[in-house]
Amino acid sequence: MNMKPGTKTDGGKALIKSLELEGVDVMFGLPGGAILPVYDPIIDSPIRHILVRHEQGAGHMAEGFAHATGRPGVAMVTSGPAATNIVTPLCDAYMDSVPMVVITGQVPYAAIGTDAFQECDTTGITLPVTKHNFLISDPQDIPRVIREAFHIATTGRPGPVLVDVPKDIVDPKNPRSAMEWYWPDSVDLPGYKPLTHGDPNEIKKAAQLIVESRRPVIYAGGGILKARAADALRELADLTGIHVVTTLMARSAFDDTHPLALGMPGMHGNYTAVTSMQESDLLIALGSRFDDRVTGKVPAFAPHAKIIHVDIDPAELGKVRKPDAGIAGDCRLVIEELIRALHDIGAPQSQPDRSEWKAQISGWQEKYPLTYQQSEPGELLKPQFVLEQLRDNTPDDTILVSGVGQHQMWASQYWNFKHPYTWVNSGGLGTMGFSVPAAIGAKVGRPDRMVWAVDGDGCFQMTAQELVTAASERIPIKVAILNNAYLGMVRQWQEMFYEERYSEVYLSPDLPDYKMWAESMGCVGFRVESPEEVLPTIEKANSIDDRPVVIDFRTDSREKVYPMVPAGLSNDDIVVDPAHGEGGR
Amino acid sequence: MPAPHKHHLLSVLVENKAGVLTRVAGLFARRGFNIHSLAVAPTEDERLSRITMVVDVESAPLEQMIKQLDKLINIIEIDELAPGKAVARELLLVTVRADPQIRGQVIELIRIFDGRIVNVGHDSIMVSLEGAPDKLEDFENLLRPYGIVAIQRTGRIALPRIPSEVAEDTPPIRAVS
Ligand SMILES: Cc1ncc(C[n+]2csc(CCOP(=O)(O)OP(=O)(O)O)c2C)c(N)n1
Ligand SMILES: [Mg+2]
Repeated sequence: MNMKPGTKTDGGKALIKSLELEGVDVMFGLPGGAILPVYDPIIDSPIRHILVRHEQGAGHMAEGFAHATGRPGVAMVTSGPAATNIVTPLCDAYMDSVPMVVITGQVPYAAIGTDAFQECDTTGITLPVTKHNFLISDPQDIPRVIREAFHIATTGRPGPVLVDVPKDIVDPKNPRSAMEWYWPDSVDLPGYKPLTHGDPNEIKKAAQLIVESRRPVIYAGGGILKARAADALRELADLTGIHVVTTLMARSAFDDTHPLALGMPGMHGNYTAVTSMQESDLLIALGSRFDDRVTGKVPAFAPHAKIIHVDIDPAELGKVRKPDAGIAGDCRLVIEELIRALHDIGAPQSQPDRSEWKAQISGWQEKYPLTYQQSEPGELLKPQFVLEQLRDNTPDDTILVSGVGQHQMWASQYWNFKHPYTWVNSGGLGTMGFSVPAAIGAKVGRPDRMVWAVDGDGCFQMTAQELVTAASERIPIKVAILNNAYLGMVRQWQEMFYEERYSEVYLSPDLPDYKMWAESMGCVGFRVESPEEVLPTIEKANSIDDRPVVIDFRTDSREKVYPMVPAGLSNDDIVVDPAHGEGGR
Repeated sequence: MPAPHKHHLLSVLVENKAGVLTRVAGLFARRGFNIHSLAVAPTEDERLSRITMVVDVESAPLEQMIKQLDKLINIIEIDELAPGKAVARELLLVTVRADPQIRGQVIELIRIFDGRIVNVGHDSIMVSLEGAPDKLEDFENLLRPYGIVAIQRTGRIALPRIPSEVAEDTPPIRAVS
């Protein structure tokens, strides 16, 4: 579709044309009354549209696409119930700073406020869960608003942006849709000036803190990935020899096989990651936000540590913990500037001797590795064993997508991430049902990669229908259900904190029959019950590339995620696997 | 009444677009910030509005509040107006009992405060009083014993004070010919 400026067209065509000019080549959605006119020009557009089975799926697919590619995910749905169906992914993307643009249909402009059929106050409902949203009233505004939406979604701290489009301004049958085509060559948002470079004085201060510190730890967050700063992070770690913890949102930002990698901190972080932060004298927080799942009880968090905090969002600096050097700016640029500042003051030679600290760290690693007990013959599978097998028998650059629950924590703990953008999960909102659609989105964005979803039986039942989308669109993702027949994470809390009073957490291992269900959705289905079958089945799944695969791994429901910092307690109260003895420490 | 040091006066320049006030109010509600009073009106530039608000916080959350506000796309500029650095005004309308026996006293009070009587009934009168918030507070307190029937105060409006010394590089003000 070629259009000269000034060409008379309608809002619907202009909307699709604007998406094309933003570089959109794939979008996820489902049509309906209010958005119908915008679906018509899709037939003539090079944009690939993937028809989902539920609008929540479209939103998570757009997120998965964005996580895997760094490009904004795009979803389009109709008004009313479709708009409300996509609220969960919007909130998910808002919490995890995922760039996404969602277009919703709306009733004709004149009907807004009359309780018209399928009317809902979409901008009102989504206001607190979007970085920004728009309700367009004039078709002439469409190209400008679409440009602004993509600009806002992808710059600064990324996030979801919603554009609500009344039907009359996109419907060529309605004279109100008439517009003259143009494409703005820049955006003019006087109230929006995302930061880039950090304050040089604060950077100098940070460099000084680093060369004075005896027990420093780099606390890397999801901002590293958003800023495409993984290389810079590695350079900083290599230069200074400082160990790195990667939060749940930063998994894959730092090679887990690097000698300085400490893995995941937090409520289910490993002992060394948690304890090294607690004992450190300097936390170098890079694109992390002192989330309560990482800090535990805030006043008891890393009590002796000075804080360097780098974040693109100035509101994060000092929100939870006052920094000694607070640098608002793009993580990649700031780390590069910090590296220069460190060189200027003679690093690494000017750093103190940290051998004692390093010895302490390796001591913890030796004493408290992640452990679990292998299953006895005849017992159900250990979920950790399944994950180890999957980890060791898939390509290094496999994209791992997870649901929310115990399986998510094990996946994050047991995987060895070697490449950035190989981990996709719902961290901030913790959205059950995320993994299947997000894996589809990731695979659409990275068709060259193997994409495995590790899902819980509970999560799987929330969005499994999107496997129909995957099968019909030939998107060959693979799903490993760690089927423990329970809402396992909730069961774990009931076991540990509610005297084993299990209230409404039992699901059943075979209702539904996951293998048959998968097959009915056009996937290949397997069931695995014994350890010997694990590897051969993974290999079979890996060899299938023309349709999705689902493996129902029957796992032991008694297995709990360790270590654990019980909610509201200090990180010093970390409970390690009872197998370590000492009464679980 | 919250302690006065918890009150801060913010002058917020926003784009004059539909829904901006909702965004501000929504942000405050969602993050648990308190708005004590609020005044909104277009500015000399019709594309912009000014929201003047008195917010109710300790100083650390104030910084957080300003940073969160600043993230709203439609907000152009936020200034905290320190008490000595701004002229602030509120308007008060009050209907107070004023039976013939005490009417003289009430009117005397109104005169002292430079209030204006805007409506008179058999046993009550309505007064309009404009001024700095403290003055309105005093007036209200002194009127209370007579019996306040109804009272309404506007949100505070404020502008920064004009610097008392003309800076050297400031061009002299010229009369418009
Ligand atoms: C939409 C949603 N509802 C409820 C929860 C609360 N929740 C967190 S984990 C969990 C259990 C998940 O069960 P499953 O998918 O089987 O995973 P498991 O913990 O057993 O590995 C629940 C109910 C949630 N995070 N998201
Ligand atoms: Mg389960």
